[in-house]
Amino acid sequence: MTGVLPVALEDATKVVHALLGSGKEYVCVLKLHKELPENRVKDVLGEFQGKIFQRPPIRASVKRQIRVRKIYYLEVLEIDERNVLFKVGCEAGTYIRKLCYDVGEVLGSGAHMHELRRTRSGPFTETGDIVTLHDVAYLHSKWQETQDLSILRKFIQPMEEALELLPKIDVRDSAVDALCHGAHLTAPGVVSLETGIEAGTKTCIFTLKGEAVALATATATTQEILKKNHGIIARNDRVLMPRGTYPKLWHTKQPKP
Amino acid sequence: MPSILAPWTVKRELLTKSEAETDLNYGCKPEERPYPNMLRFGIINLDKPPGPSSHEVAAWVRRILGVKQAGHGGTLET
Repeated sequence: MTGVLPVALEDATKVVHALLGSGKEYVCVLKLHKELPENRVKDVLGEFQGKIFQRPPIRASVKRQIRVRKIYYLEVLEIDERNVLFKVGCEAGTYIRKLCYDVGEVLGSGAHMHELRRTRSGPFTETGDIVTLHDVAYLHSKWQETQDLSILRKFIQPMEEALELLPKIDVRDSAVDALCHGAHLTAPGVVSLETGIEAGTKTCIFTLKGEAVALATATATTQEILKKNHGIIARNDRVLMPRGTYPKLWHTKQPKP
Repeated sequence: MPSILAPWTVKRELLTKSEAETDLNYGCKPEERPYPNMLRFGIINLDKPPGPSSHEVAAWVRRILGVKQAGHGGTLET
């Protein structure tokens, strides 16, 4: 199967954690085992929007118990005899092969997934900066010849791109190195933040220059954080920035003589 | 009708809590990272070819670029 597969390099591999749990979009060809009226097929596929129950397939890397997955949208693009082309936006961990099989069961005819292309993984889509392996090999050798950094920038994006969909919290310089050492974020460090944060929301902490510092789980809502003057407002989950990038500005207790 | 909004359609607004400036002597804008760091903190939006596994594709990228480590975000079956 083909499509969007973000590949993170070296220190950026820490951000794949954020991508694994992000929503996906696919374009899929479903093959019906019997020809059926178009309306019936469209109706049944439409029912697979919203929350669905799904048992992971036999060949799966997770425990095979029924789970609830969100299908954000499912749009039939074309039906040609037994082939059904559709686009689906879904939660991470939805098995499209299984969805196709289940659609076949509901229709009574049976069906299977014939072809699949991922068109979105979190903020990455197949339009824009997508490159093939051939592009990577070609552009890399061209860069080695010319040493022109703009060639590398054409296909290697800053890891911050992967964090685009997370609600962000910007912090002042003086808070950065403490966060890099694993500290939780407290209210005085916050400069600005996005709406929609609740207690338990996965967020990303950025510097004022836009560099990602850490992934964190908020412990208060956007409005609460705005009003707070002290106390922890987000728990540090994963540090992304190396220690020492910003100066250490916090005080340590002097050991007693 | 779909009842659940896809995460990429959610609109957010940035609210300011306090004013602050950043010291240009430390760090740098993500899009201006110099050479070794732009690789270290880089991510590629790759169009996976059919055939090899996601894991193999990530390993190829690692070999082509000569980096120490590369990981993919979400398995896309072969």
